[in-house]
Amino acid sequence: MNISILNGRIIDPANDIDRIDALHIRDGNIVALGAAPADFTAEQTIDASGQLIIPGLVDLAARLREPGYEYKATLASEIQAAVSAGITTLACPPDTDPVIDTPAVVKLIRLRSERIGRARVVCIGAATQELAGNLLSEMAALQTAGCVGVSNGYAPFKDHQVQRRMMEYAATFGLTVFLHAEDDNLAAGGCMHEGAISTRLGLPGIPEAAETVAVARDLALIADTGVRAHFCRLSSAKAVQMVGRAQFDGLPVTIDVAAHQLFLTDMDVGEFNSQCHLRPPLRSQRDMQGLRQSLQRGVISAICSDHQPHEADAKLVPFSETETGMSALETLLPLTLRLADEANLSLSSAIAKVTCAPAQILGLEAGTLGIGRAADIAIVDPEQYWELSKDTIQSRGHNTPFLGWELKGRVTHTLVGGRLVYQLHGE
Amino acid sequence: MRRTNIQLDAQGRLRHFLTIEGFKRQMLVDILDTAESLATVTDQSVKKVPLLRGKTIVNLFFEASTRTRTTFELAAKRLSADVLNLNIASSATKKGESLLDTLHNLQAMHCDMFIVRHEESGAAHFIAKHVAPHVSVVNAGDGRHAHPTQAMLDMFTIRRCKGDFYPLNVAIVGDILHSRVARSQIHALTTLGVNEVRVIAPKTLLPKDVEALGVHVYHDMKAGLKDVDVVIMLRLQNERMSGALLPSEHEYFNLYGLTEEKLAWAKPDAIVMHPGPINRGVEIESSVADGPQSVILQQVTHGIAVRMAVMSMCLGTVAQPTGGEA
Repeated sequence: MNISILNGRIIDPANDIDRIDALHIRDGNIVALGAAPADFTAEQTIDASGQLIIPGLVDLAARLREPGYEYKATLASEIQAAVSAGITTLACPPDTDPVIDTPAVVKLIRLRSERIGRARVVCIGAATQELAGNLLSEMAALQTAGCVGVSNGYAPFKDHQVQRRMMEYAATFGLTVFLHAEDDNLAAGGCMHEGAISTRLGLPGIPEAAETVAVARDLALIADTGVRAHFCRLSSAKAVQMVGRAQFDGLPVTIDVAAHQLFLTDMDVGEFNSQCHLRPPLRSQRDMQGLRQSLQRGVISAICSDHQPHEADAKLVPFSETETGMSALETLLPLTLRLADEANLSLSSAIAKVTCAPAQILGLEAGTLGIGRAADIAIVDPEQYWELSKDTIQSRGHNTPFLGWELKGRVTHTLVGGRLVYQLHGE
Repeated sequence: MRRTNIQLDAQGRLRHFLTIEGFKRQMLVDILDTAESLATVTDQSVKKVPLLRGKTIVNLFFEASTRTRTTFELAAKRLSADVLNLNIASSATKKGESLLDTLHNLQAMHCDMFIVRHEESGAAHFIAKHVAPHVSVVNAGDGRHAHPTQAMLDMFTIRRCKGDFYPLNVAIVGDILHSRVARSQIHALTTLGVNEVRVIAPKTLLPKDVEALGVHVYHDMKAGLKDVDVVIMLRLQNERMSGALLPSEHEYFNLYGLTEEKLAWAKPDAIVMHPGPINRGVEIESSVADGPQSVILQQVTHGIAVRMAVMSMCLGTVAQPTGGEA
C-alpha cells in the first residue's frame, strides 16, 4: 500500500533532518521525503499537522515474559503496549524460561512474534548455559539464529576466568556483550540505594561500590579481550564517569540508562513504595543529575525502558520481598520528550537516544527515516497531555510508579514496515 | 501536595503506631502523659481498667519474641481486651498462605487491632495500608526499620529519671546498623528535643549517612561518653562476627563493652539503659547491668503502661488532642 504522511515535523536524527515535510511509503519502505516520486499515488494519507514524525522507537531492553512467565505478560499483550507507545523494535533479554541459550528458543520467540506481526522482536542470547555463569553458550549458533548479542542478564559469572573466556569467545564472532555491572557480593541482600534514605527506612542498601567495582573489573576485561561491550542500565554517576574515561581512551564501550533513572531517585521509595523496588536501584539526586549530564555529553548514548511487567501479587508483599522492575514501555517516549524540555537536550538528540543510537548498539538497520529503509514510524502529538492510569495502560503489568503522572506527548499512529499497526482512538 | 501521615486519622488523631518519624513533639508528650496516668493501674490490687472491653487484639508475630509479646499481651489484658496470640512463623505462611491472605482472614474474624512484628522493614506499613478502615496497626518491630513502642517506653523511663528532655546528652552504643530500636530512639529523642544524640560504634556497625538522622558520630567510648546523661546499650548479635563486621566478641567488649571504668567517663548521675535481652560480658558487664545506675528492669515495667497508652489511643478510647502531625 502507498501511504503519504503529510504536514508533520519530520525528525530523523540519523540523517540530521528536522523540518516540516511529507513522507511517502511504498511496499513497506520509505521512498521519498518532500515531493512524491512521479509515479506515486497515495492510497492512504495521514494528516500529521502539528505532529512529529519520528523513527519507530528501538527499545534495548524489554522483558516480554514469553516463554515461561505468561502469568505476568505475553508477547501479544506487550507488543500491543509497545506499538501504542511508538516502539517498533524490542530487544528481549535472555532471562526467559527456558532461557535464550539455544537456537530453538530464539526461533520460538521469532515465530510467535512474527505471527503477531506488529513489532519487530530481536533476542539477546544467553552468554552462559542456563545463565548459570559456568559453561559458555553456543554463541555461534545463537548468532546464526539471529541473536544481536549475548548477555548473562543479572546473573553473575562463576568467576573472572569464566567472564574473560566468555568475552574472548564472543569477540571471536564479533558479538556484542551486554553487561549488567553489579558485584553480587557487594549487592547481596540489598534492596535500595545505600544512603540516608535506606538508613532511615532500615532497608539493606546496595552501595554505589557494587556498581563501580563491577565496572572497573569489566573495563579491564574488555580492554584485555577486545570485545565490543555495552553497559546496560548504569545507575551511578561515578560508574558512568569511569566508562566515559574509558571511551575517551578509545575503548569500544557504550552505555544505556533506563528512562526512570533520569526522573526518580531513592527519595521516591518514600514509605516503602514497592513500585520503586528496582535493579539497579534508584540512586541519589546527585546521581540522577550526573546521568542527565552524561546523556547530554553523549557518554550515555541510549535510553531504554527496561520494561519488566509483573502480576499484581509480585508487588503485594513487604518491600524487600517484592520482585524488582517496573512496567515501562508506555513511559519511554513521554519521559524522553520531557528530557528535551528539562535536561538541556535538543528534541532531535533526545529522540536519537531512543531510535538510531540503540539501533546502532544492536547492529540493526532501524531507527532512521532514510530513503529505502523499512517504514517503522511513530507519529506523535507532542502537545497532548494524558494521564497514565489503570484505564489507559496497555501493558499487562500495571506495576509502575508513574501511574497518576500527567505525561506530555502521545503517540497517535504507529507504522511497522509501512503497515499501520496502531492508531489512537483507532477507527 | 503534602503527603498525609498514614498513622493519623482525618481528625489528626492516632490511628496506627508504626514509626516515631512524622509525629509532632506534642503527640509523643501525650503518649507519655497517658502512659503516666495508666501506670497507676499496675500498682492497684485489681490490675484492670475497662478501656478496651469488647475489643479484640491480635498479636501477629512473624518473628520470635518473648518480652515484647508478653508486655503487649499484659497491656491488652489490663485494658480488658480479648487477646489472640498468633505465632505466624510456625503456622500460616509455612503452608504457603500469603501475608495479605492471613491478614484478610483475621480481619474477617472482626479483630480491632493488629500488633505486628516482622523481620522485613516496612512490613507494618504494608499491613497498615491494606487493613480495613476500622482496624489499627501497632508496629512491634519491623526489620531494621522501627520499634516505636520500645522507643516510647525508653522515653518514659528517661523522663521519670531525668524530668526534662532539653538539657540531656544521650549516647546510643553498639550495633546501630541492624537496630530498629536505635532508629526509633533517635527519632523520639530528636523530636522531644534533647540537647544532643550521639551514636558510638565502629564504622562497620553504623549505617551509611547516619548523621542525616540528626546524630553525632563517635568511634571512641571515652570521647563519646563525656558529659552524657543517658547511656543506651544495644544488643550485639553473634552473627555479626560471621558477617565480617567484627573480629571477635573479645575485641568488641574491650572497645565498646560498658564496664564500670567506662561508665565513669559519663556524668556521675548517668543512667544505663538496654532494650534487652542483654548479653552479659559482650556489650555490658554484669556489675553495670545490675548496678545502681542501671534502669534496665524499670524499662520492662514501663513497657506495659506505654503499650496500654498507645493501644487505647489508637482505638480512640482515651481523650486525645488532635493535630499530631509534624
